[in-house]
Amino acid sequence: MTEWPLLSLVTFLPLVGAAVILTIRGEDALVARNARNVALLTSVVTFLVSLALWVHFNPETADFQFVEKAEWLPGLGVNYHMGVDGISVLFVLLSTFLTPLCILSSERAVTVRVKEYMIAFLVLETMMVGMFCALDLVPFYVFFEGVLIPMFIIIGVWGGPRRVYAAFKFFLYTLAGSVLMLLAMLAMYATATTTDIPTLMDFAFPKTMQTWLWLAFFASFAVKVPMWPVHTWLPDAHVEAPTAGSVILAGVLLKMGAYGFLRFSVPMFPDATDYFTPFVYTLSVVAVIYTSLVALAQEDMKKLIAYSSVAHMGFVTIGIFALTPQAVEGALFQMLSHGVVSGALFLCVGVVYERMHTREIAAYGGLVHRMPVYAFVFMVFMLGAVGLPGTSGFVGEFLVLLGVFRVNAWVAAFATTGVILGAVYMLYLYRRIIFGKLEKPALQGLLDLERREVLVFAPLLALVVWMGVSPASFLNVFHASVTALIEKNQVARTAAEVLVLAGP
Amino acid sequence: MMPDLFPALPEFFLVCAALVLLMVGVFRRGETADVVGVWATLALGMTALLVLAGDGERVTTFGGMFVTDRFAVFMKILVLTAAAMTLVMSLAWMRQERLGRFEFSVLILFAVLGMLMMISANDLMALYLGLELQSLSLYVVAASHRDSSRSTEAGLKYFVLGALASGLLLFGSSFVYGFTGQTGFDRIAEILKGVEGTSLGATVGVVFILAGLAFKVSAVPFHMWTPDVYEGAPTPVTAFFAVAPKMAALALLVRVLTGPFAAMIGQWQQVVVALAVGSMVLGAFAAINQTNIKRLMAYSSIGHVGYVLIGLAVGTATGVRGILVYLALYLAMNLGVFAVILSMRHKGRLAEEITDLSGLSKTHPLVAAALAALMFSMAGIPPLAGFFGKFYVFIAAVEAQMYVLAVIGVLSSVVGAFYYLRIVKIMYFDEPVEVLDPPPGRSITLVLTASSVVVLFFFLYPPPLLLQAEAAAASLFPG
Repeated sequence: MTEWPLLSLVTFLPLVGAAVILTIRGEDALVARNARNVALLTSVVTFLVSLALWVHFNPETADFQFVEKAEWLPGLGVNYHMGVDGISVLFVLLSTFLTPLCILSSERAVTVRVKEYMIAFLVLETMMVGMFCALDLVPFYVFFEGVLIPMFIIIGVWGGPRRVYAAFKFFLYTLAGSVLMLLAMLAMYATATTTDIPTLMDFAFPKTMQTWLWLAFFASFAVKVPMWPVHTWLPDAHVEAPTAGSVILAGVLLKMGAYGFLRFSVPMFPDATDYFTPFVYTLSVVAVIYTSLVALAQEDMKKLIAYSSVAHMGFVTIGIFALTPQAVEGALFQMLSHGVVSGALFLCVGVVYERMHTREIAAYGGLVHRMPVYAFVFMVFMLGAVGLPGTSGFVGEFLVLLGVFRVNAWVAAFATTGVILGAVYMLYLYRRIIFGKLEKPALQGLLDLERREVLVFAPLLALVVWMGVSPASFLNVFHASVTALIEKNQVARTAAEVLVLAGP
Repeated sequence: MMPDLFPALPEFFLVCAALVLLMVGVFRRGETADVVGVWATLALGMTALLVLAGDGERVTTFGGMFVTDRFAVFMKILVLTAAAMTLVMSLAWMRQERLGRFEFSVLILFAVLGMLMMISANDLMALYLGLELQSLSLYVVAASHRDSSRSTEAGLKYFVLGALASGLLLFGSSFVYGFTGQTGFDRIAEILKGVEGTSLGATVGVVFILAGLAFKVSAVPFHMWTPDVYEGAPTPVTAFFAVAPKMAALALLVRVLTGPFAAMIGQWQQVVVALAVGSMVLGAFAAINQTNIKRLMAYSSIGHVGYVLIGLAVGTATGVRGILVYLALYLAMNLGVFAVILSMRHKGRLAEEITDLSGLSKTHPLVAAALAALMFSMAGIPPLAGFFGKFYVFIAAVEAQMYVLAVIGVLSSVVGAFYYLRIVKIMYFDEPVEVLDPPPGRSITLVLTASSVVVLFFFLYPPPLLLQAEAAAASLFPG
């Protein structure tokens, strides 16, 4: 074990980089280059530091590790309390892993106001990492909401033609959900007189209160995941955001909602979770089937992948609420896999968008003739999204289906149709873009991936295959925490049943 | 017997300073506006030091009409800071607009004196005296740009409606006096505590007093004057109106409701809840369509008063702590925003439209970044300071189980976020139309810097403010 405050280091290192970038002065081109380099360097160093978490993490225990605690808001007993367990540690790594790739990938996509862009990205990284590490309601909320500011700016400044609409929709949708969660947090504080997350996990809230609290948290997380029918901000935000923004949005921001379910809803409100499980199943199944069909009909590549994200996150919510070990581990695995795969898919779209400046599927066709490397890369990620065995997507979906089948066969059956539909729309997309004759004159001059792009895709590619071939190296990390989570939930539910049986 | 003058030392100092500066202004030859202005600012600073010199224990003097306690100290420091900062910024602005007159600074000093009296009032008479001293000075200040019809209209409007509000307040006070036979807050509290059930006379009195004070803090439905006065008055006056008088009136409201009328919480609570809900909702919705930034800030201030009133509606020490934290951070945010508004001009011509900020992020990146941070903070987005104000107010509401009020509050803050975001959008997403001139004076830049530093970095080390606010709130609820 190291004595360093590793989590704070990982969380706030990007801010140091942002501060350095802020001081860069001079000619525009020079400033842009320096800002890029500093941002890249900072994010890579942050990633390397975060690897220490992976190395020193002890997967045997479900306890929080690397814990840091300091008084923050005196009088309320609110602490700056950081720590990770098996559920959160990999998301910290996912965030630090994707950020340098995003920065690297924006070299050609972002040419104006590069300095501000890099600052926004580094601030965003701090907020994301902090959110996954926070072990106190107030810091958690601060990081959770803080994400909105840089993301709003990223979509609004560097986005597409309808960026203003998309940025506002993204901001206000998420804010409306979150403020209700804030009230729920305050109500929890008023009841339990603490905002410490580990303590609250052991606190038994009264049953009727649990229902309200669960709903308030659900309002926030469901928007973030996003679940049908509050997903409509996502396609807009994805389509208008710059490529790197989409990557972070799909890769990390969507995970924040699912992570919230695992961190708050399930352990803190077990009775309400039990009560609302059919409700979540219904919404998730609708999401899986409906958004898959919608994805099938899309003309815009980014929109298609955005809808597929909603469908994939439907699997995640099914898995979380099935509450069997396989299902929850599958859900977590699916979250990681989706973070990598959908991020990579958005990068793939970005590659051709930078060359052709259109995302219309109809504008492409036959790219394999001009861009064989690209076609291969795209294929691997496409198959990862479909869930082909040997890629990361398979493990997550399979575990979720396996786990949920034991609890509810119908849900499993409906969700499985989503897998089929997923294969349909992804393969259909791939065929239209990559295969066929290269007929369109505009496409004749396309160049294949350049070295920088290969550098961006290589780690993602390796990860997708690694996760698919050797899922145990990831499953081991969250196994202990998931087992503890489910056991705790079972204990609370049996306790509640006993209470009911004993009766008044 | 001679009353103990020591507790009122800051007020005595301020009144002397104001009179001396008045004489200087009248008898000194040549341009006096700047000299008087600078000395007036120093006088405000000195007064703040004198306020801080007290040990903060609760002391009353003048037969119990005047009180100082930690609550008073906290609020006086806020008012003095707000007044000094706005005065500093006004001087640069007035010089540029050639509106400089020494009377302005002197009137501000008298207004501040009135505010300090209001904060320390412990008697209905003292309350009225302080309030009127403040209001009369402000009526003149609002109309100080004599040649502008909008400014004179603003002054007149403010005077007529303000006089009506003062009348309501006086009428309410007479009811309370008629019922209790007392004007001192401590005695009224004792008498009302002994009353069985509700007394119609006292209730009518409280409601009228509340109406009068609600006018001064511009809570809905007594807010009508605010947008017009904010828009019409010269910008530095607007900046001054937006903070210091509101703080003083809110302090008075807190002291009156939690002091003499604490026992009647059942009667006034519903009124305050209605004021709070009305202000929050109207502040959020009415601001959406504004095009003039001063009018927008008027509606924004109405909304903010609504959140503060949540803390008052709760009526506990937690609620008052929320109010104090909120007000302190609101002060920091508002000063920064007005620093930007004061420096808005195209080629020497004043600019007040929101669209004048278009593309500010390209022409003045730092000012734009500061204003964006201030706007996110006003919207209550963490980790910026404004979030903590709302957080503390909502904690109080939730603890008191006033869930409906809290839900209305957070939802209207989402609506409010829309118009704050609109300003960020105009600065960052739109293309510049005309380049704004550089700020008229270094003082304005300094205030903007200080305010954005507070807003951005408050979360790093919040304990000083929180502990002070907690102690100040506790001083109103002994035992």
